[in-house]
Amino acid sequence: MLYFSKLRVFSVLIFTLIISYFTISNFTKVDDEFFSKNIKLGLDLQGGSYLLLEIDNEPVITQRLQSKVLEFKKFFKDKDIKVRNFVIEDKSIIFDVENTKIEDVKSLLDNDKSEINPYFQQYKSHQFNIENMDTSFKLEFSDYGLVLLKNSSLDQAIEIVRRRVDEVGTNEPNILKRGNDRILVELPGLDDPGRIKSLLGKTANLTFQFISSSSEESFGTEKLSFEDGSSEAIVSKRIVLSGDNLMDAKPTMNNQTNETVVSFSLDRVGAKKFGKATSNGVGKRLAIVLDGKIISAPEVREPIIGGNGQISGNFTFQSATDLALLLRSGALPAPLNIIEERTVGPDLGKDSINAGIMSLIIGFILVVAFMFYKYRFFGLIANLALISNLFLLVGILTLFEATLTLPGIAGIILTVGMAVDANVLIFERIKEELKNENNSIVAFDSGYTKSRTTILDANITTLIAAVILFFMGSGPIKGFSITLGVGILTTLFSVYFIARLITAYYVIKNKHKEKLI
Amino acid sequence: MKTIYFNKFYKSFNILSGILIIASLVFLVFKGLNFGVDFKGGTLIELRTDKSSANITKIRDSFNQMNLGDVSVKNFGNETDFVVKFEKQNSNDPQFIEEIKTKLSNSIGTVDFRRVENVGPKVSTELLRSGVIAIALSLAAMLLYIWIRFEWQFSLGAILALFHDVIITLGVFSVFSLEINLSIVAAVLTIVGYSMNDTVVIFDRVRENLRKYADVKIFELTNISINETLSRTIITSVTTLLALLSIFIFGGEILKGFSLAMILGVIFGTYSSIYIANPVLVSLKVSQRTIVKEEKE
Repeated sequence: MLYFSKLRVFSVLIFTLIISYFTISNFTKVDDEFFSKNIKLGLDLQGGSYLLLEIDNEPVITQRLQSKVLEFKKFFKDKDIKVRNFVIEDKSIIFDVENTKIEDVKSLLDNDKSEINPYFQQYKSHQFNIENMDTSFKLEFSDYGLVLLKNSSLDQAIEIVRRRVDEVGTNEPNILKRGNDRILVELPGLDDPGRIKSLLGKTANLTFQFISSSSEESFGTEKLSFEDGSSEAIVSKRIVLSGDNLMDAKPTMNNQTNETVVSFSLDRVGAKKFGKATSNGVGKRLAIVLDGKIISAPEVREPIIGGNGQISGNFTFQSATDLALLLRSGALPAPLNIIEERTVGPDLGKDSINAGIMSLIIGFILVVAFMFYKYRFFGLIANLALISNLFLLVGILTLFEATLTLPGIAGIILTVGMAVDANVLIFERIKEELKNENNSIVAFDSGYTKSRTTILDANITTLIAAVILFFMGSGPIKGFSITLGVGILTTLFSVYFIARLITAYYVIKNKHKEKLI
Repeated sequence: MKTIYFNKFYKSFNILSGILIIASLVFLVFKGLNFGVDFKGGTLIELRTDKSSANITKIRDSFNQMNLGDVSVKNFGNETDFVVKFEKQNSNDPQFIEEIKTKLSNSIGTVDFRRVENVGPKVSTELLRSGVIAIALSLAAMLLYIWIRFEWQFSLGAILALFHDVIITLGVFSVFSLEINLSIVAAVLTIVGYSMNDTVVIFDRVRENLRKYADVKIFELTNISINETLSRTIITSVTTLLALLSIFIFGGEILKGFSLAMILGVIFGTYSSIYIANPVLVSLKVSQRTIVKEEKE
């Protein structure tokens, strides 16, 4: 165990130097992208906001079922089967079939090739689970159908969330999918997430609907309240125009009223629809509805044909800016709920870094001093291994751009404390071997050999704990498991390559000396 | 070095450990653990006040007027810093935190919110579940690893030592109502790793000595092995404790609970490697035949 070939010595040196370089690159500025890597600081160290959003898919499910009902009605009509009493209840569609056609309906629903089973060809699975009692049928989404639905609404939502966050212009946001109904948003450097939260909390479903003058509206009416809660109005359920037709929106000043408004422009289809509706509706009041609340309901004085319009509604410049942003970025497929929020101010982050570095330095000094006191010259070797271990650890974290968190720093300090264990095991073993062995080279060699399995066993157990933490933990805790795990690997390297190399040179040179260790 | 007769005290320390474990379990069952917002849900605000005249009572009074459910206020580090925890969490209302801040400023002057954590009931339940799973998984993984590397008697001894450490550490947290949060779970897992590490070192030596000395009784043999590895045990515990003490004293308030749990764990882990893991080998009458038989197969 004490022999090193020249090539090996060379490669150990080169490897250590290259990795250590990346530790140093954290403190220097180089113009090259690869060579100026910095360790990434977690939100708990640099300050920032962590938001976990969950999609409320229920409205989407109801919506899909509603459109499915229309599809079914048409489908059975074409097949000349009478179905009636369609209801959507408890996330399922229920309908009745005439007595003689029960079997027909069953086989149609089961038929893999029919167009009401659109998923089957592609996924070999049905979109719905079907229950049949006498003449009544009950259809609800199968697990697979639900997963597909959730995935598609998550994909849409994440796109909208990204647009909204980008529009606010925060520093390097991180937006990730979590499971099939959650979105993780990390906003470094943001200490007050209030604005982003209010932007993400809105579905931003914009519709234009006429205020109903008479109750005999063919599409039905609904009672909606105004945004400011002042009053209510009856509006027609017929949607003149929705936010989908919006091309652009921005906050502007209305010169006549001196009021902040949101100006919008419509696409070609939207402009046509809007022109037609406003031509027919001169004199009526047109309600502008956002997420079920009326923002304002101005009177249509003349047809609006050009596809440009304005929304007024007691806006401040900020609220107009936000509304324009929401309209530009589009509506979410479903409401988002914020189910977890963690925000750390930049001050606390800085304090944490300082405290972390302070305790690292002090912990390091204590351990180094203790090792020197215990082993003298060999303590120095162990300490040298410890220093290179630290450089390797931080270097690797930097190279792979791992995220350093406060528990991560604790992991580094803990590594300092535990890393000496391997060298201690070896040194103690060598001491024992020297009792029965006069040839110090043989004693050192067998000291290394005999302690090897113990050291591996001991480190693998800690590594197992680190790996489990990595997979089960989140955020800062993940940072801890990374430093702990990488720390074990760099420890083994520094003990078996660096410390052993120095020990070997020393022992071979001083083999005739009494009491080596 | 002089031999210390650890094995003389196997019985008495086993009784002590038994009492400690029962006491811990009693506390865990009847008093329970003080779960933080990570596992209970709710809101945590770390705030810094302008003047040192703002005291706990004042802050508690102003929070109590806001209808936030159960409010707890604690000093955090220095006298201008406080941690406030309450049940209510309303992360969907973007103004929720802002309103609290305004109301607070009106009653006690300028405050700076240094940290806000808002955890919904669904997330906290999931976090608790995955924490428990992580600890259970790590215990199972250790059991398996030792089983592969050693014989089942060793595996049993090591796992009993682990349970001992985890239960007593949690027991101390229960007795002193120390907060259990995500970092404590990380600490417990690391304790599991460390305690195992310590046990493995002694077990490796026991196994080696079993091969070497055919006629030494396991009672003596464990003592020889403990003594042979003793200076390593002490040195490693000391360096690890030095590092942890440094985190505890200088690492800031957030890491206090974590480092305390680790310090306790290292102490219990070192103790249990000697006084739990080894007596198990003795009572299972491990002998040279135990390992030779396995090796022949």
